[in-house]
Amino acid sequence: MSSEKYPKALDKERLSWMLSQMARIREFEERVKHTFEEHPGAIRGHTHLADGAEASIVGSLATLTEGDQVLATYRCHGYPLAMGSDSKAMMAEIYGKSTGLCGGYGGSMHLVDPDVGFLGTSGIVGQGIPHATGAAYAAQIRKQGQVVLGFFGDGASKQGAFAESLNIASLWKLPIVYVMENNNYNVVTRSDQEDANAAAGEPLAIKAKAYSMPGVTVDGGDPVEVYVAVGKAVERARSGKGPTLVESKVYRLSAHGNIIAPPGVPLHYPEHEAITVFGDKAEYEAALRGDPVPRFRHRLVTDGSLSAEEADAITAAAKAEMQAAVEFAFESPLPEPEAALNHVYA
Amino acid sequence: MSHELPYIAAISEAIQLEMARDESVLYFGQNIATTDDDPFLKAFGGDRVRVTPISETAEIGMAIGAALAGYRPVVELYMAEFMLVAMDQVVNEAPRFRYMSGGKVKVPLVLKAGYGFTAGWAGQHTGSIYSMFVGVPGLKVALPSTAADAKGLMATAIRDDNPVCYFHHYLLTLEHGEVPDGEYLVPFGVASVRRPGKDVTIVATGWTVDRALAAAEALSEQGIDAEVIDPRTLAPLDTDTILESVAKTGHLVLVDQATRHGSASAVIAAEVADSGFASLKAPIKQVTALDASIPYSEPMERYLLPDEEKIVATVLAVLGTAPVPA
Repeated sequence: MSSEKYPKALDKERLSWMLSQMARIREFEERVKHTFEEHPGAIRGHTHLADGAEASIVGSLATLTEGDQVLATYRCHGYPLAMGSDSKAMMAEIYGKSTGLCGGYGGSMHLVDPDVGFLGTSGIVGQGIPHATGAAYAAQIRKQGQVVLGFFGDGASKQGAFAESLNIASLWKLPIVYVMENNNYNVVTRSDQEDANAAAGEPLAIKAKAYSMPGVTVDGGDPVEVYVAVGKAVERARSGKGPTLVESKVYRLSAHGNIIAPPGVPLHYPEHEAITVFGDKAEYEAALRGDPVPRFRHRLVTDGSLSAEEADAITAAAKAEMQAAVEFAFESPLPEPEAALNHVYA
Repeated sequence: MSHELPYIAAISEAIQLEMARDESVLYFGQNIATTDDDPFLKAFGGDRVRVTPISETAEIGMAIGAALAGYRPVVELYMAEFMLVAMDQVVNEAPRFRYMSGGKVKVPLVLKAGYGFTAGWAGQHTGSIYSMFVGVPGLKVALPSTAADAKGLMATAIRDDNPVCYFHHYLLTLEHGEVPDGEYLVPFGVASVRRPGKDVTIVATGWTVDRALAAAEALSEQGIDAEVIDPRTLAPLDTDTILESVAKTGHLVLVDQATRHGSASAVIAAEVADSGFASLKAPIKQVTALDASIPYSEPMERYLLPDEEKIVATVLAVLGTAPVPA
């Protein structure tokens, strides 16, 4: 076995859990994407997929314990799925059904499941960062050792909400880890077109220095590397030493989102912006070769952590689960129209 | 039993009582708790009472996060215009969470901000911007005009499970009034009939309520009996009380410190036109600020604002209008 290759807490069961969560997220996202052909019209509006970020998401979440909390962005399917939300309810939410996780009120961009510690998202770039920071303030004064993970993209680091939040979090030593998933694209631009640090060839984690907190950059395609870096930051947060900015470099394997189109135009996922905007097919193909899900599977099987049969069983289970999720979502009833007036006020 | 307090102290009294009553109530924001002898800090400690940097997006956004995590923050924003810096958090985050989650979460918080500082503060600190928030589903808007209401509406705002914009009027800051002792709650969505009357209904908010009451006194010398109503909260809005009054008087004058098309009175006028048209014996008239930013210099500032004379003249015009044929 391979105990020396991994941090002690990552025993076979935990490694297997990590691969399983990555496989589940990938399969969930694939099924969302394929819904546009499978069930045209079933998904409305805008979806954003986490394929390519699975290692970053799962490596980060693997550091958490009971009572910790997470907030994220509109690219939000992966987190609650790995935290224990019901994949059927999640898919039904994206299908706009009454059985959805949020009853069809929120859709793809606004998944919320406080029962598993997923407090929500903002669909507006950067604006969820202060929410995560406020939840960390709550955790600090509750004094039960809870930690908050706040996920956002590299684009969000150009928002005032980022600067304001990191300043207060560091000033107040809040128990939070800011996980910046840097996929190098801000919808259709590359980071060096928008980010002074990127343009200067610096890692974006350097921004942490302005707020007197540690900043680290990790390979977000390696769940173990992410686990180690975020784990260290979580430990720092839990011990009262304050926040850390973790820049996790990922490559999103789908376009920013499905096409934005008026009603009547069938929705679908276009090719990645590397191809559609920059004509750089080589970049995208290289990213596919580095796909973190097969990469982690290969590693675990090669080093003997898992047998090929065990890894195959994980993939098969994920496929079966998401098939059931799609069937459930498709067959579930739509909400009653009058339900639109519920939940406006508590 | 009651005691006399300035309007601003009545607000503080409500926050103190609620903080003593409920440990989940937090108070943070600008220009508070700057030194150890701050009364809130001394009473409730540095966990629950904190001064923040001047970072409105973070202040309001953090209040949302703390509320999602089970607390009831009161955010001291100092001036209403500072909320504009963080408009996304106020309008597009706080009131959306509960709805978009299908009722899974709630966001109980109070955004406390002064407004209408028409005392030479010029264009950027004098706005009456409350009506910007009135049409946002999920938000509540409170606008106290007396010390007692200031206390009672703040206590209710803190106990409410929704985000509440609580706007106190800067010109009322040192106005004294009798305030009930101890726990005192003024329900949201219940207007106050400040002066009963039978000839004309005057609806006014905030600082203009006293102007309307003074106008009503002046009108009474001419034999005109005006009813003065203060809605106290604009969301929810007590249209029933206003409609009942209009059914009695047949005449409606709306007074609002905001500019005409940005006023709450425009909303009230629409509601009465919609549901109370048959009661009206004359067109609805509005006495609002004139359509300009607030100027610095005193005569120009005064010229733009509603006052007793404008209200009296408008009431006389409304009562002098020929009845609308049935």
